[in-house]
Amino acid sequence: MNLVHEIVGHYNHWIIIVLMVSGLYIVVARGNMIKKLVGLSVFQTSVYLLYLSPGKIIGGTPPILSPQFTVYSNPLPHVLILTAIVVGIATIALGLALVVRINEAFGTIEEDEIFAEDEDE
Amino acid sequence: MKLDVVFRIAAKIFIPFMLVFAMYVQFHGETGPGGGFQAGVVAAAMVFFYAIIFGLDAAQQIVPPRVVELMVPAGVGIFAGVGVVSLLLGENYLNYSPLGPDSPHGQEYGIILVEIGVLVTVTGTLVAIFYSFVGRGR
Amino acid sequence: MISEHLPALQVVIPLLGAVLCACFKRGVAAWFVACVASVAVLIVSVGLLAQVYDGGTISYALGGWRPPFGIEYRIDIFNAYVLVLVSVIGAVIMPYAKRSVEQEIPADRQAWFYSIYLLCLCGLLGIAITGDAFNAFVFMEISSLATYALIAMGRDRRALLAAYQYLIMGTIGATFYVIGVGLLYSMTGTLNLVDMANRLAGIEESRAVLAALAFLTVGISLKLALFPLHVWLPNAYAYAPSMATAFLSATATKVAVYLLLRYFFTVFGVSVVYADLPISWIFLVLSLAAMFGASVVAVFQNNIKRMLAYSSVGQIGYITLGIGIANETGLTGGIVHLFNHAVTKATLFMAVGAIFFRIGSVRIEDLGGVGKQMPWTAGAFVIAGFSLLGIPGTVGFITKWYLGLGAAEDGWWWLVILIVLSSMLSVVYIGRFVEVMWFRDVVPAARRAKEPPLSMLLPTLLLTGATIFFGFDTRLTEGVAELAAQWLLSGAR
Repeated sequence: MNLVHEIVGHYNHWIIIVLMVSGLYIVVARGNMIKKLVGLSVFQTSVYLLYLSPGKIIGGTPPILSPQFTVYSNPLPHVLILTAIVVGIATIALGLALVVRINEAFGTIEEDEIFAEDEDE
Repeated sequence: MKLDVVFRIAAKIFIPFMLVFAMYVQFHGETGPGGGFQAGVVAAAMVFFYAIIFGLDAAQQIVPPRVVELMVPAGVGIFAGVGVVSLLLGENYLNYSPLGPDSPHGQEYGIILVEIGVLVTVTGTLVAIFYSFVGRGR
Repeated sequence: MISEHLPALQVVIPLLGAVLCACFKRGVAAWFVACVASVAVLIVSVGLLAQVYDGGTISYALGGWRPPFGIEYRIDIFNAYVLVLVSVIGAVIMPYAKRSVEQEIPADRQAWFYSIYLLCLCGLLGIAITGDAFNAFVFMEISSLATYALIAMGRDRRALLAAYQYLIMGTIGATFYVIGVGLLYSMTGTLNLVDMANRLAGIEESRAVLAALAFLTVGISLKLALFPLHVWLPNAYAYAPSMATAFLSATATKVAVYLLLRYFFTVFGVSVVYADLPISWIFLVLSLAAMFGASVVAVFQNNIKRMLAYSSVGQIGYITLGIGIANETGLTGGIVHLFNHAVTKATLFMAVGAIFFRIGSVRIEDLGGVGKQMPWTAGAFVIAGFSLLGIPGTVGFITKWYLGLGAAEDGWWWLVILIVLSSMLSVVYIGRFVEVMWFRDVVPAARRAKEPPLSMLLPTLLLTGATIFFGFDTRLTEGVAELAAQWLLSGAR
């Protein structure tokens, strides 16, 4: 019973771990550059959850001072992750821009084909 | 698409409201969910919407690429500039307190100014990304 | 009045400079702004170093929110040293940049190039100056994104591929870093590094904290190109524009090393990192692998920029070797090598950039006899090459001397021998190119080459002079590095 509680009680961590590992796996295992970026995005998303889930306090309200409430949720993780999301968007946008230009320069976005092409030079 | 009356009329009806909504999100930011990022995205979505219905050229006539390119640094400039103003007023960088008659008001004005900077940059950046992706290979 | 705001100005000046550059259409105007900003940044950082030297640690509360609640800029002897290092390179390289960029970057993108360069500078300085774990991540990504863009501006289409690979690796590294910070944050509830160190007392052994240490180490090691996490580096340096290569090779990895040291010594503390965990050995083994493995690969490179890039991986091995030895002398050697390698590698890449400016190639078969056509440039290459080998009278010798002494203090004579042996490898890879440049007949590609314009030659020679000057007069570099090493090992507060 205790073990089940341990496992189910930390369900947020399990979700984070699954997302993290599958994201990283996609980055490593796929040769398609767009798919790699998708994997990277999933990987980053898992980190957003890592920050956000401990920030929620059960029964807590938004952190605006009021005599009615005594328990507040922590706002800082949200602020941090808002920043991290913007950083993530910038990274993905730059990555996609690079892929577009790679496609124009090499005519493909499959890594193995590009490396094969590079060998010939 | 250009001949499709339904889309064009709908777009013309929607777009002003999108702008109003963007402004609502922008200026509601201190008291409720919202702020420069979200407003910037809504404002940029308005440009995308227009470009999808009326074509890229029409959109670029209204929002020229050069303006978009200038919006990106301009917003950062507003943000950093507000910080410099507080430096000049003798406080630490980005301390908004001296901007108003008292500290809470100063903080409020400072945040509004900074959020305007964020709005300008986010709108500019997203539209710039959209233009460069859509304009590619034409 | 202005002197108390120097910490903010250190980051704000390049940021505002980048904004201004992006507004221009013409490259020359943007270059001028970047020049002014770089020099101003140098003045600020020297001012900060002087303040820290006299008055001890400076704390600057950004936005007036006092630490640990707000973001704190905290400058001590160690990061003041890193700030000066980055800004010196940034300032020296600017006059050089003008002609090189005019040749390598299309006219309509030059203003953007300088804008991105200043953002990169801003990010690197920001990592070094901030005392906030998450703020460091934001600056890390500012500098990294700027770096990817700088690399992608190279003329070769493989520059795009290099930038993409670096983007993937770099983002994984940065994300690992954030995971580490997130775990620490959930354990301590603070992001201020000093506060975090205090609150970690007593819970160092918890699994989450150890996992955080592991994530941070791997994440930052990706950024600093620790062997075997270096695979992004050779292509990135080889295909980036000359000016970007020279700047990045001298600064980007150094700042990452700084961040790693900051976490090891000031946040986790020597007792956790070195006493309980085998980190010392991990770093020793990986450093040796870098020193030998990367150097052996460098021997077989026909592209001179790629050769220097692999040599960079090897040289980073010397820096991390100092972390692995971790006594005062060894750490001094590692820290002083931050500066020494920055100066040496910047000189080498600037000389190569100048050769590329005239010949348009960096392949070994086109370099034959270049020394006879461009004696000053090729001479700078040779002297900086000597410094890589560690010949007495150059800065490279200082590093190896301290590393060797540090290893000997621990009684690791085998390590001293290995340090000397690895230097032999650099004799081979530098010697190969020196031989081709000076002792071969002039090849057709190099026949019409002459010395580069003075604006490119003088900065190169200035840095060459620095590699010799600081090889004799070590008061400034080694003195500060020793202070920093003492400070780090004494539990650093």
